[in-house]
Amino acid sequence: MANTEEQLEALTSAFSGLGVDEKILISVLGKANADDRKSYRKGIQFFAEDDRSFEKWEDDHVQQLEREFSRFKNAMVYWTMHPWERDARMAKNALLKGAQSYNVIAEIACTRSSEELLGARKAYHSLYDHSIEEDLAVNVSGPECKLLVALVSAYRYEGSKVNEETAKSEAKIFCNAVKDASKNPVEDEEVIRILTTRSKLHISTLYKHYKEICGNSMDEDLDKESLLKVTVQCLSTPEAYFSKALDDALNGEAEEHTKDALTRVIVTQADANLQKITEEYHHKYRVNISDKIDEEVNGNYKDFLLTVLARGR
Amino acid sequence: MASLIAPEEFSAVADAEALKKAFHGWGTNEKGVIAILGHRNAAQRKMIWKAYEEKYQENFIKRLESELSGHFEKAVYRWVLDPADRDAVLVNLAIKKVPDPRVIVEMSCVKAPEDLLIVKRAYQIRYKRSMEEDIASHTSGDMRKFLVALVGVHRYDGGEIDTKLAKSEADILNKAIKENLLTHEEIIRIITTRSKAQLMATRNHYKDAHGISLSKHLAENPANEFLSALLTAIKCLTEPKRYYEKVLRTAIKQKGTDEDALTRVIVTRAEVDLEEIKDLYYKRNSVTLENAVAKETSGHYKAFLLTLLGKQD
Repeated sequence: MANTEEQLEALTSAFSGLGVDEKILISVLGKANADDRKSYRKGIQFFAEDDRSFEKWEDDHVQQLEREFSRFKNAMVYWTMHPWERDARMAKNALLKGAQSYNVIAEIACTRSSEELLGARKAYHSLYDHSIEEDLAVNVSGPECKLLVALVSAYRYEGSKVNEETAKSEAKIFCNAVKDASKNPVEDEEVIRILTTRSKLHISTLYKHYKEICGNSMDEDLDKESLLKVTVQCLSTPEAYFSKALDDALNGEAEEHTKDALTRVIVTQADANLQKITEEYHHKYRVNISDKIDEEVNGNYKDFLLTVLARGR
Repeated sequence: MASLIAPEEFSAVADAEALKKAFHGWGTNEKGVIAILGHRNAAQRKMIWKAYEEKYQENFIKRLESELSGHFEKAVYRWVLDPADRDAVLVNLAIKKVPDPRVIVEMSCVKAPEDLLIVKRAYQIRYKRSMEEDIASHTSGDMRKFLVALVGVHRYDGGEIDTKLAKSEADILNKAIKENLLTHEEIIRIITTRSKAQLMATRNHYKDAHGISLSKHLAENPANEFLSALLTAIKCLTEPKRYYEKVLRTAIKQKGTDEDALTRVIVTRAEVDLEEIKDLYYKRNSVTLENAVAKETSGHYKAFLLTLLGKQD
């Protein structure tokens, strides 16, 4: 009979972290008879002795496992889906989850090309018989509503022409809006206008000028958790934004909606920017993302992510 | 139905040669220009343009502009442009002129969502900026929000409607209008995001529930540019042909005919639904549109408009 101490550790780890380790679960639990399984329950931290004489599984953990077992499924479904349908579904889910997930909507709106975003909006029609504009307008409250609806409606110019002077003067407008203590910059008409209509190249140029004009970089000046900051980052420095999202997701203490970024970023960026994102990740956090994933993630889900990351190398 | 009369068989090269002949020497044979261009559809005109430039190695538009003048020249120039490009030009002119919201509202609301997209692409190609950013940077306040949203939305284009929603939104609109539209937010939201089918349901319900049509109710308020734009939007979204009839009627009746409006409607609708607009005009005014136009315009401009209106030579 194998070392129970080892098996307990293996099972604990198979049931912890992102995804589940299907192989270990099968090889250890599959062989276990009723007595073995009872002794596992008595040994693993997720169970507690109940007053009515049975080893009760912590409810939170059972719910957690539902999510962890689904991570691979969700990843595969999103991976196989047409990107337009995928983006439409992700946006809809984010809308349903509420304010904590609005960053996902901004992320989709700002990191896709004009035609990709358009495609997602059309797919949304097919899936939900409404435009995403109308659903956002009705369900999002507060100043973020205007920003999100306008971001999602954008059909930006993608050519190489930029007016340097305009970018400079709009950087100044931005700076004034941020420095204005009386008002949240997301409520500033001009900020909204610039972020939701200008081309990405224009905004990147503006981003560069901002530091010269304002002293700090836009990253430093904008409120940490704000939708405005997500918007600016996605439009001007998407690799930095995505690498941070990945790091946050792999942080053991992350909340559910933060963890979801792991699948989302890798699946949605695999055919676009993933190479640059992993380089940025390495540069910022001094570790390969593959190594980090190997540590923190389990099973089929892990294998899938690593396979995607290894493509085209 | 189109009012334009164009032959099925034609030769682009022969037409190009005939046009060159019409330009030749002192003065221009305007009748010749009208006889050809006034009887060719968009696809045919495109081929003639190409044939002309290939054969004569000269810019067709510049030649037209130098040979023709006045309202006639403006009309022919607009007529010759590819329809999407034409709309892009008209919008750009409207943006620069004060700006005139009417043209922007008209274009974005009458068009089907896919056609609006084509115009936006044409705009980006021609002006190296997006239509949204130009509109946004030349307007402010509610008007800006409204126009940018109208141009940005990609409305659900299916027939699904929610009757309950139509009723509740009709009530929301009614309340907002009665409160003197102090808050434009909900009106803007409804008009700039709902599908055309949904808006028609809302409009129909409005009359049933509140005894007065939505248009009439909006028109009751003392004239102000923003309300006028709202009203135009509703008319264009729900009954575009009646809207165009009114534009024509106003353009003709006003002191010193509004040639720009006359040209715009006739040139942009000749290949779409000008026949039906003519019928509406006759029903409303007891005089045919051709006769009204003949009375208020003169010269080659008149001849050209009449040709587009379907006058048999």
